[in-house]
Amino acid sequence: MNVSQGRSSVILLIFFAVGFIFLVRLFSIQVLDDSYKASADDNAIRKVTEYPARGLIYDRNGNLLVYNEPVYDLMIVPKQVKDIDTVQFCNLVGITTIEFTELYRKARVYSKVKPSIFIKQLSIKTYGALQEVLFKFPGFFVQPRTLRKYPDPMAAHLFGYIGEVDTNITRKDSYYKDGDYIGKSGIEQSYEKVLRGKRGTRTLLVDVFNREKGSYHEGKFDTTAVAGQNLTLSLDAKLQAYGEKLFQNKVGGVVAIDPSTGEILACVSSPGYDPNLLVGRKRTKNYAALLFEPTKPLFNRALMAYYPPGSTFKLINDLIAEQEGVLYPGTSYYCDGGYHMGSMTVKCDARHGSLALQMAIAHSCNTYHCYVFRSIIDQKKFRTSEEGYLNWRNHVLTFGIGKRLFSDLPQELKGNVPSVEFYDRYFGKGRWKSSTVISLSIGQGELGITPLQMANTMCIIANKGYYYVPHIVKAISDSAGISEHFLEKQYTDVDSKYFDIVIEGMQSVVESGTAAGSKIKDIVVCGKTGTAQNPHGRDHSLFVGYAPRENPKIAIGIMVENGGWGSDWAAPIATLMMEKYLRDSISRPVIEKRMFDGVVIPKIYMEEKLKEDKKKQERKDSLAVKAVAALKKTE
Amino acid sequence: MRHQGGILQNIDRWMVIIFMLLVAMGWLSIYAAVYNDEHQSIMDLSQNYGKQAIWIGGALLIALSILIIDGKFFAAFSYPIYILFILLLLVVLIVARDVKGAVSWIDIGSFKLQPSEFAKFATNMALAKFLSTLDIRMKDMKTKVISLLIISLPAVLILLQNDTGSALVYASFIFVLYREGLSGNILIFGFVAAVLFVLTLLVPQYILFGVIGGIALVFYFFVRKKRQNILIIAAGALIASAIVFSVDYSFNHILQEHQRTRINVLLGKEIDPKGAGYNVNQSKIAIGSGGFFGKGFLQGTQTKFDFVPEQSTDFIFCTVGEEWGFAGSALVIGLFMLLLWRIIYVAERQRSQYSRIYGYGVACILFFHLMVNIGMTVGLAPVIGIPLPFFSYGGSSLWSFTILLFVFIKLDAYRLEILR
Repeated sequence: MNVSQGRSSVILLIFFAVGFIFLVRLFSIQVLDDSYKASADDNAIRKVTEYPARGLIYDRNGNLLVYNEPVYDLMIVPKQVKDIDTVQFCNLVGITTIEFTELYRKARVYSKVKPSIFIKQLSIKTYGALQEVLFKFPGFFVQPRTLRKYPDPMAAHLFGYIGEVDTNITRKDSYYKDGDYIGKSGIEQSYEKVLRGKRGTRTLLVDVFNREKGSYHEGKFDTTAVAGQNLTLSLDAKLQAYGEKLFQNKVGGVVAIDPSTGEILACVSSPGYDPNLLVGRKRTKNYAALLFEPTKPLFNRALMAYYPPGSTFKLINDLIAEQEGVLYPGTSYYCDGGYHMGSMTVKCDARHGSLALQMAIAHSCNTYHCYVFRSIIDQKKFRTSEEGYLNWRNHVLTFGIGKRLFSDLPQELKGNVPSVEFYDRYFGKGRWKSSTVISLSIGQGELGITPLQMANTMCIIANKGYYYVPHIVKAISDSAGISEHFLEKQYTDVDSKYFDIVIEGMQSVVESGTAAGSKIKDIVVCGKTGTAQNPHGRDHSLFVGYAPRENPKIAIGIMVENGGWGSDWAAPIATLMMEKYLRDSISRPVIEKRMFDGVVIPKIYMEEKLKEDKKKQERKDSLAVKAVAALKKTE
Repeated sequence: MRHQGGILQNIDRWMVIIFMLLVAMGWLSIYAAVYNDEHQSIMDLSQNYGKQAIWIGGALLIALSILIIDGKFFAAFSYPIYILFILLLLVVLIVARDVKGAVSWIDIGSFKLQPSEFAKFATNMALAKFLSTLDIRMKDMKTKVISLLIISLPAVLILLQNDTGSALVYASFIFVLYREGLSGNILIFGFVAAVLFVLTLLVPQYILFGVIGGIALVFYFFVRKKRQNILIIAAGALIASAIVFSVDYSFNHILQEHQRTRINVLLGKEIDPKGAGYNVNQSKIAIGSGGFFGKGFLQGTQTKFDFVPEQSTDFIFCTVGEEWGFAGSALVIGLFMLLLWRIIYVAERQRSQYSRIYGYGVACILFFHLMVNIGMTVGLAPVIGIPLPFFSYGGSSLWSFTILLFVFIKLDAYRLEILR
């Protein structure tokens, strides 16, 4: 029965044929086809972005002003979501099943395999409850994020806020991805690159139940998140808080700078708001509410509002005139209560009689300064008024007015010193002269200057001719220091010798002149009040100044909208802040209380508020009418 | 003393070494498949690899015992052993526990015994015993019928246990019968039937009938001179059509829903990567992601993190494919091929017909398991749950394959003592 040997060969051949088919198949799926590797990665690998903690922010004395609070984003990978108890899930995270369906649909539209945010910023409580049963919901995981927190709400405008990055930024800057956060204004914006740190990624292995199973290749491909650098501001938190308190129920701005360094000590824009409002999920709602407030609390007046400088500008004109050689300490003019040009008169507050420069400053004589201004413009060396004006304007620009200072605060605006072209357009070329623009002599007219620029001019006078570019950041951790740009002296084109007489005048202002009511015992304050006419209502109350006279430590520019005389609100608030900063105690509690309690809400805002209220009421009324009508119908 | 020393000297080292290698690689694969950080001790008895280590120890003892037993024992006790396991299969049918839809286990104390695994080697012995009887001729109808009965009796009992995969294994004895003189046409017939089976499920029936008719016509023009040939062609066409009909009928009426789905998924008629196709899809992902050299021992993400189901039993080859890549897979398949070749080679050198037929049975059973198991993991065969010999986790399977192989090794070692 021994059949031919051929049969064993046939059987072996069949065996080997199957073995060969397997080898070919294995070669094709293991070596030739890469798609299985991708599928395997899809199965088991999850990339998790590690968000670094944003840098902390301290004040100049090391007080913590801004820190981070952890929150948790619930992430979804739609492709991995399968067989979940939707009702239980919705109950846990507090949404309805309808909302769930919509969120799920949105996530799918974004990507089926890439993680996206399902619910933003879960509270720690929700997170805790969810975390325990998260394994039941494949396709979902939690990503820790941080939110800003402000222990003592202040300086909201300075800090700015953080929001989700815009698509036009993600398109330009590959660092950012949709859903990332970015500093949108203030320091958060200007120091974004320093504060944000470096994002890390972790590649995790997950099992079939989407549970974490450790890192991929022992973290060989992971990058650790590097926390953002901490900032130490030049801000004095105590002074800032005090300034904000003095400004309560008033509208305007004040900036205080250390003239010896250009460091901003306080920067108040009033009304302000609690920076904690613009954080997290409630940000959009609160932002909208603030946006529609009639007093515009989101508007950073300290850096962005253009105010006519009024009499405070006389100092600049005096310095320019001295530099031009048309004014000497002894130059005297006669004031009969106004400056007359044909039928027109620039009124003065009093008949000062004959007076020289120091007293003209002390008593803020308009007449005197009209003479000074015209003497600058109408010099014999100039063939035309334009030429004289241009020369004057160039001097003004060196005082940091009418141009951006390039501080480290992003919202800073440049102010306005009208150009020759402007007047040419307005009056016609060659049809205007010094007398036409005479209001510039007393800081009126088209001049626009921000509180930051006012404070900066005081630094110039305190330093007798130069300033440092104002800046809010004093030090960055792990970094050599702040930009060189802030360490260079910026010179005006007025020689330092011309400053003494002006300073003398400014001391007189506080000692015996217009701001005599704001004198501080034992501190020599140099200042100048301003009372600026404006089209919006009562005069603005202004004050600029610095103290002490020798070795100046603090320079201030302040503006109280529609506050009346400079000596009414601006000078007291400014000198109180000086005293607070220099001595940390207040010797004039009566004035302090008057400032705290004073209410100076400009009429325009009140009117707007009234209009707003009226609209609201009308809306309510119409709803009520409708409701009543509806009720009647049903009856 | 001379006797025993002779046995150990005469055993075929090739088969033993390949056996050892496969068992060792199998255990490593189980370890890798089950491995996690909490259970790292290799002898953790709460884990599959710990238990498998015990099964392996047992298997070695069994192998040794078989080598010690007298070589005459197996041929002499073939029928009693066969009958014993037929009875055990009947017992299973009555008392067995339901494991994943198939009732094939008996509990003995805390152990679970799977008689269907052992029935394979018992059937093999009985078939070898029957075909090695003097004056048996394969051509006789009686021989064919009795052989078929010996093979199909356990197969039917196992089928009744709902363990289709294990029952199908018995089809592999067709190669044994072929070797012993069954007409080669049976292989061609089987092949054509398989092709027709697949085609029936893929192509509309009327097209198939047209093709069958066309082929018959072409043959007719070539061989029309002999009337006998025309009859054969006509009969062939008729049988082919009958197969098409019956396949269609049995597929829709006899096969169970999950079996239909598995076949449809394999043929690409149904795409269901989350449901019925999940196992195969994940298995292909695991193997396919291995690349040429694999991800390395214990580095396989798909098997380690349970993406592949049944990964230490039926889908154990995934671990090999993923962690050792094409190189490792080819090595395993190569070892199996080497083993099959060696068994056939050794079978052919036997003086005893019993030993030779038994050897072929061993080769066929191993081959069938290999073909279906690996074919399933790489998506070439439908999902039929049968283990990969020596690799898959499970005591019954490991022990039955060990017995199957070592009885043959013993018979081979004993061959020189026959007819001395």
